[in-house]
Amino acid sequence: MAYIKIRQEKVDKKTVEELKEICPFDAFDYIDAYLSINAACKMCKLCVQKGPEGVCELIEGTPASIDKGAYRGIAVFIETRNDTIHPVGWELIGKARELVADTTNPVHALIIGPSTARAAELALAYGVDKVTAYEHEDYRYHDLERITDIVADFCKRTRLNVLLIGGTPYGRSLAPRIAARLKTGLTADCTKLEMTDEGDLVQIRPAFGGNIMARIVTPAHRPQLATIRHKMFNAPAPATPFGVIDRLSEAAGKQRDRVRLVSTRVRPQVDDIADAETIIALGRAFKKKKDLALVEPLRKALSAELACTRPLIENGWFDARRQIGLSGRTVKPKLLVNIGISGAVQYIEGIRDAECILTVNTDPECALASISHHTIVGDLYDVLPTLNDHLKKNGRVPS
Amino acid sequence: MKILTCIKQVPASSNVDVDPETGVLIRDGKNVKMNPYDLYALETAYLLKARSGAHVHTVTMGPPSAADVLREALMMGSDGATLLSDPRFAGADVLATAYALSQMLRRIGFDLIICGKQTTDGDTAQVGPEIAEFLDVPHVSYVRDVDLRDDKTLRIRTVDDRHEDVLDIKLPCLITVDKDANTPRLPSFKRKRSTRDIRIETWTLDDLSDKEATHYGLRGSPTQVESIFPPERQATGRIHSNLENPGKTLFDILVEQKWLRGD
Repeated sequence: MAYIKIRQEKVDKKTVEELKEICPFDAFDYIDAYLSINAACKMCKLCVQKGPEGVCELIEGTPASIDKGAYRGIAVFIETRNDTIHPVGWELIGKARELVADTTNPVHALIIGPSTARAAELALAYGVDKVTAYEHEDYRYHDLERITDIVADFCKRTRLNVLLIGGTPYGRSLAPRIAARLKTGLTADCTKLEMTDEGDLVQIRPAFGGNIMARIVTPAHRPQLATIRHKMFNAPAPATPFGVIDRLSEAAGKQRDRVRLVSTRVRPQVDDIADAETIIALGRAFKKKKDLALVEPLRKALSAELACTRPLIENGWFDARRQIGLSGRTVKPKLLVNIGISGAVQYIEGIRDAECILTVNTDPECALASISHHTIVGDLYDVLPTLNDHLKKNGRVPS
Repeated sequence: MKILTCIKQVPASSNVDVDPETGVLIRDGKNVKMNPYDLYALETAYLLKARSGAHVHTVTMGPPSAADVLREALMMGSDGATLLSDPRFAGADVLATAYALSQMLRRIGFDLIICGKQTTDGDTAQVGPEIAEFLDVPHVSYVRDVDLRDDKTLRIRTVDDRHEDVLDIKLPCLITVDKDANTPRLPSFKRKRSTRDIRIETWTLDDLSDKEATHYGLRGSPTQVESIFPPERQATGRIHSNLENPGKTLFDILVEQKWLRGD
């Protein structure tokens, strides 16, 4: 595979400056008249494409090749704990069906636990060709190593092409173990998935922590693993089942007893913003915690749930469950009012499906303005007090 | 007890943009800092050290300048630090990064590895659990509290959306620490002086037991970034600017669209 070669004979002070300017990762070192690329390089290839002619050259190695036709099907890992089944699995079944449309590739549901019957029935109703249910009383939710044994074995045995796992805290802990066991690629928090005719999964996600999307592929490894956040895709309507259930009740995987559950407590649920119909989201333009009270009249008038961006969670102003974005919740409200948020890509990915978006921001060019239905350009410290006067005048706020 | 903490140097700002004309990435400055989630991992290690007299050694992988975050960790409470840096690691994805780190960690030796829950630049939360798998040790992610139950077992508490769990995990193991698990300390001037003479070693690929270069960096990475592009922007909305009374405009829109009744 590829690497970047520097033609030292073409390097001079001017080209070094140009390259240092172009490289977003500060990966060029120029020491003793020798230019080298350090480990900060992300292989974005900008130096090859946009740099001074002929200095940086991309050397393509022989790509490792695999027989892609030998790997078939998409499996969705269904997360179950005691009697609860995480609904992200149904959403991924719906996406998997879209990805295999017009092919003969099957969609599997993979369920592992002490009791799998209900999840298996539901998975069939959501439209899988086959449920593989590993059922044994010794399977423990927290024993990720044993779960990894079983999933890895399933992938090898079925020569699986793609494994999709919900981007829940559990899925984000399990998926990397499976990927490392199988020495294959894993892409976290994909926001879009496509499938090529050859069976390559094109995984799209925000990258480099900023307002950039990346198309990521796993060209020579199978299975291809991806995690996807809850509510990123829509669950299909349940229908008449057509698939079959394969129940494997012999103990699989190795019992290691290295992690043991001592006790557990179900947490009281806060009103989940993921299901809210009206949301007011607040961003870092709020300077002080007490200023949050400025939105209280609007919140009451709209009966809205309050949500926020990551900086306000970092300030400790809100419970983390109120954060919108890829590292928080994906929301689908009928009305979303953004106040003092400019819209990092990870936030925007979390609100794409809001039906109506209103934004208050001082910057008419902010990223959020471009996806909002109405953007009010103004400082929230001007907008909210006058808005509150109007709400009061019209009797919208109980005084 | 020997604790290894894994930290990372990340861009100080997440303001990255793509020039729509040229496709060139534009980064807002080249400032860097320690990944903020790593502060909780370090503090967890220092608290255990205070209770049980553990030795805390901190590692990072990155360019030579990443030694700065190791120096910072020494000023906060780490007893030693090692940098893993080699241009042959360039372009490493999660698997190749976790593999390189696991090779290093194995050679240093450990009872407990502590990572932050994720980084702010990659945001994947995957490197920790992959390291655990490469080292064949158990792991638990998103840990809030840790204590030594006995010299072979940690008792930990984790919290997710639905459950709060107390777990026992056998050493050696790896944990990733959730944000807000503790209050991280600041680097101290006293420690700056007392750790001044600690040398931060730099290891390269030649210091790892697997010296096959194709297992690292871009060549050891199953995933490849095919292209990068700016996110879709649908220009469907209206921008109301230069308003005399923007609060009134917002009120009117809310009424007009029947979100509010305007008597």
